[in-house]
Amino acid sequence: MEWLNAVLQGILLGGLYALLAAGLSLMFGVMRIVNLAHGVLAVVAAYLGYFLVDKLSVPAFLCILIVIPVMAAIGYVMQLGLLNPALARGGLAPILVTFGLAVVVTNLLQQFFSADTRSIQTGALATDSIQINDDISIGVFPLLTFVVGVVVIAGLQTYLSRSRTGRAMRAASDDKEAAQLMGIDNRRIYAIATAIALGVVGLAGVFLGMRTQFSPTYGDATLIFAFEAVIIGGLGSLWGTLIGGVVLGVAQTVGAQINPAYGILAGNLVFLAILAFRPTGLLPKAVNS
Amino acid sequence: MSEMLEVRGLSKKFGNVVTAENVTFDVREGTALGIVGPNGAGKSTLLSLITGVLPSDSGTITFDGQNITSLSAASRTKAGIARSFQIPRPFVDMSVFENVYVGATFGGGFHGQVGYEAAVRALETTGLMHLSEKPAGQLRLLDRKRLELARALATNPRLILLDEIAGGLTEKELPPLIELIRGLRDSGVTVVWIEHIVHALTAVVDELMCLAIGRVLAIGDPQEVMRSPEVIEVYLGSTFDLGEAS
Repeated sequence: MEWLNAVLQGILLGGLYALLAAGLSLMFGVMRIVNLAHGVLAVVAAYLGYFLVDKLSVPAFLCILIVIPVMAAIGYVMQLGLLNPALARGGLAPILVTFGLAVVVTNLLQQFFSADTRSIQTGALATDSIQINDDISIGVFPLLTFVVGVVVIAGLQTYLSRSRTGRAMRAASDDKEAAQLMGIDNRRIYAIATAIALGVVGLAGVFLGMRTQFSPTYGDATLIFAFEAVIIGGLGSLWGTLIGGVVLGVAQTVGAQINPAYGILAGNLVFLAILAFRPTGLLPKAVNS
Repeated sequence: MSEMLEVRGLSKKFGNVVTAENVTFDVREGTALGIVGPNGAGKSTLLSLITGVLPSDSGTITFDGQNITSLSAASRTKAGIARSFQIPRPFVDMSVFENVYVGATFGGGFHGQVGYEAAVRALETTGLMHLSEKPAGQLRLLDRKRLELARALATNPRLILLDEIAGGLTEKELPPLIELIRGLRDSGVTVVWIEHIVHALTAVVDELMCLAIGRVLAIGDPQEVMRSPEVIEVYLGSTFDLGEAS
C-alpha cells in the first residue's frame, strides 16, 4: 500500500512537472528555442503571486488571473525584443540570450526579494486531503494541480491542432520560409507562442509557489525538472511532456519511498536511462496531426 | 495593360558570389514570363528576392504599382505574390487539406467558410481533392508538386512564381500541367515560370528571359531569345537540348 501511495503521489507531482514543462515544450516545438530562463521565469511568476497575495491581499486563486496575463505580456515583448533578433542570428544565440536573461533575472529577484524563502499562502487548501484508506490520502491541492496540468496540455494540443493560429505555429515550426510564403508572419506567430508559453509558466509558477518554499535561485531546479520531463516525454510533443512529467514524478516519489534522500536521484537516473536507451523520448514528435 | 511586376537594378551577393546583378525586367499583367538559364544563374534566388524571403542588396521591386522592396515576405504574400518551390516543401505533419487551408486563411485572408471553399477550389484545380486527408509527407513527387501549386493558388495570388514545377515529371505528366498553367494565365494571373524543359515553357509563356551568373542575358520573344548567340553560347556544353526549343 505504501508503494501504491508513492506511485499515486508521484503521478500527482507529475502534473505539476508537466505544467512547468509545457511552456518549455511549446517554445521548443514551435521555435526550436531551448529557453534556459524558463525556470527562473516560473519563479518570477511565483514571486508575482506572492507579492499580490502577501502584500496586496489579493485572494490566492484570483492572483492567477493577474499573473497569467502579466507573464503572457512579458513573453510577447520578450519574443519580439530579444528572442526574434536572437533567432535571426541563428545557432547558439537564442540559448545564450536566455541563459543571460536567467542570470540577470535571478539577480534582480535577489535584489528585490532577498534570498529568503517564501511561499504563497493558500489557507486550508494547502493541507486539505481526501482520505481513501489508512495508507492512502490524496491532497486536494496536488490533485487540483494535476487536473489543471492535464487540462492545460489538452488545451494547448487542441489549440495547435485546430485553431488558425495553432496551424500557423505548426507551419512555421516545420518550414519557416514556406510559412512566410503562405502569408504567415512568423515573428508575430512566435510572439504569440511565447506569450502562451509564459502564460502557462505563470500558472505553473503560482502553483509551484503555493506548493513549496521558493527563493530566487529555485529556478535552476525548476528548469532541470521541466527539462527532464520534456526529454523523457519526447522533444516537441505536448502529450509526451505530460507523460514525461508523470514518469519523473513517480520516479522521484518511489525513489524517496526507498530512501528519503533518493528522490531526486531516482528521477535523474530515469532521465539518464531514457537518454541512453530511448533518446527520442517516450512519445517522439508525431502527435501534431 | 499595366505592369504587374517591375524589377529595377536588383542585386544580391553572398560574399563574393554574385547571384543577381543589376537585374531589370517587367512583367505585364496577365502575361507569362519564362526564365531559363544554366544552373547557378540565380534563377531561384531571383524568386526569393521577389517574394522577400531574401533581402536584396540594392534595387527596387514594384508590384502592381506599389513599391514592395521593404515589405516582409508575409506581407508580399498577402499583397498577392505566391511561389512554388523547386524541391517541394510541404508542411509534412499536416494533411494535404491543412497545407492548402493555411495558405487560404493567411495569405488569401479568407475566413471561415470562404477559406474552406478557397482551399477546396485550389485542391480541385490541381486534382488533389481525393488526397486531401492524407498527410502531406506521404505524397509522391507529382502530388507534392501539385501541392506546391495548390498551396500557392490558395493564397489567391495575382502573381505566381513557379520554380521548375515541371522538373522530374514524365512526358505524360507534362501536358496537364502545361494546360493548368496556361489556364491560370488566361484567367488573369500573371505568371513567372523558371523551367529547364524549354518546350513546356514556350507552350505557355509570352516572353522569355535568360539569366546567367545573376545577369539578364536576353529578354523578349521566346523564339528570338533562344536563337540569340549569347544564349546559345551559355548553353553550349550543357545537357540542354536546343532542338526542343523550336
